[in-house]
Parts: sequence; C-alpha cells; structure tokens
Amino acid sequence: MDVLKEDQVLDCSGMLCPMPVVKATKAIKTLEVGQVLKMIATDPGAPPDMEAWSRQTGNELLRSTQEDGKFVFYIRRSK
Amino acid sequence: MSKSDPNAPKRLALIASKGTLDWAYPPFILATAAGAMGWEVGVFFTFYGLTLLKPKLTAAVTPVGNPAMPMKMPFGPEGFQNINWPIPQLIMANVPGFNALATTLMKQTFENKGVASIEELRQMAIELDVRMIGCQMTMDVFGFKREDFIKECEIGGAATFLEYAADADVQLFI
Repeated sequence: MDVLKEDQVLDCSGMLCPMPVVKATKAIKTLEVGQVLKMIATDPGAPPDMEAWSRQTGNELLRSTQEDGKFVFYIRRSK
Repeated sequence: MSKSDPNAPKRLALIASKGTLDWAYPPFILATAAGAMGWEVGVFFTFYGLTLLKPKLTAAVTPVGNPAMPMKMPFGPEGFQNINWPIPQLIMANVPGFNALATTLMKQTFENKGVASIEELRQMAIELDVRMIGCQMTMDVFGFKREDFIKECEIGGAATFLEYAADADVQLFI
C-alpha cells in the first residue's frame, strides 16, 4: 500500500454512533481543501458509516483499513 | 422557505414525540448524524418530546410496561454484566425508586459503552445548526412558557413543521 501522509489525526476510540461521524465533520472543517485527516475508531459501525458519510459530504475516503483491532480511515477534504 | 435550489443539501425532518431517556436518543442521534453529513435538519418536539428542549434534561426510563428492555448491571465481571435479570413487572412497578434506579443503570451502561449523553448530543445538534421547533400547542396544554426552554429553539405549530417537512428528503416520526 502507498504511504499516506496525514495532516491531522483524530482518535475516536471508544466512541459509538454517531460520534465518529460528528467528530470527523468537526475535524475535517479545520483542514484546508486537499489536506488529509487520519481517523481511528473502534466502533464496528464506523466502516460502513464513514463510507456513507464520505458519499454524502463529498470528502474522499482514501483508505479504510483495520489495524490491531482498530479501524483506520484516511479522508481528504474535497471542498 | 422552500427548497427550490437543486443543489441544496438533503433535508431531514423529524418529529420527536417521546420524552423518556430511551426514546430521546433516536432523534438526537439521527439529527447529529445527518448534520454531520451536511444535511439540513429540523426536529419538531411535540407532546412528551417537548421536554427534551428544557435547559436541564431530566429524561428517565422505566422498565414497567417495557418488556423488551434488558435489565443488566453496568458493573462487575463480564459474565455478571451479561445477565438479563428476570425481574417481574409487578415488582418493578411497586418498588419505590425503581425507575430512578433503572435510569441510573441505563445512563451508566451507555457511558461505559461510549455512547454520548443526551446533553452532549443536543449540544452537538446546536453546533450543527439543527433547527429545533418546540410545539406551541403542547406548551399551552402543559402550561409551559417560552422561557422554560433553551434559547436555541424556536416555537411553532404543525403548519410550521409541515411546511419544512414538505421539502424534506427524509421524514420520520419518532
């Protein structure tokens, strides 16, 4: 896998729905367009929810993976 | 205000009609999730749901007449926490303070599991510009005044909500 470089990290470990998407929205708004947010979550609902969130907000979900029992997302602010 | 612009964001219109702790969650979870996705959100708080707009939230839960509610303990070893206590309705309905106990246990369980409190979700909804409409008729019926509710909400009636809901992509009654 290509190495992705994040501009900010958001740790949503331990949080359940809807907090990961709410926190992601808040965090992405602090970035410039084109910058990348790395988000970490433990909620098993986060992968499908982040995909839906990405489609709805238009922010690009570059990668969604599972590492050490955690879900890791790379999101690029698109607009 | 009509949604005539085809590029306008999606819109969610909710009716929150219940004021217990368990039923307070769905409208606030959906409202904040939709707000986070960039949707426009409006919630009409009516009948018992209106109390969710009071500055101090006192939403409680009762297992009485609520047979689907699991009765579990939020402390102790995992095996103990997983026990669903078969407490008869007759006892739960008659023991003084049982609702307060059930409410405390549910709040503790939610906190342990990482679920935000209703207070937190409502604050998020405010930050996400969720439009909150308190029902005027309910205020009149129960003897509430405008100042009994948070300043972030507006007061309106069925017509106010329906006009908003008519242009919504998703409408739900909770």
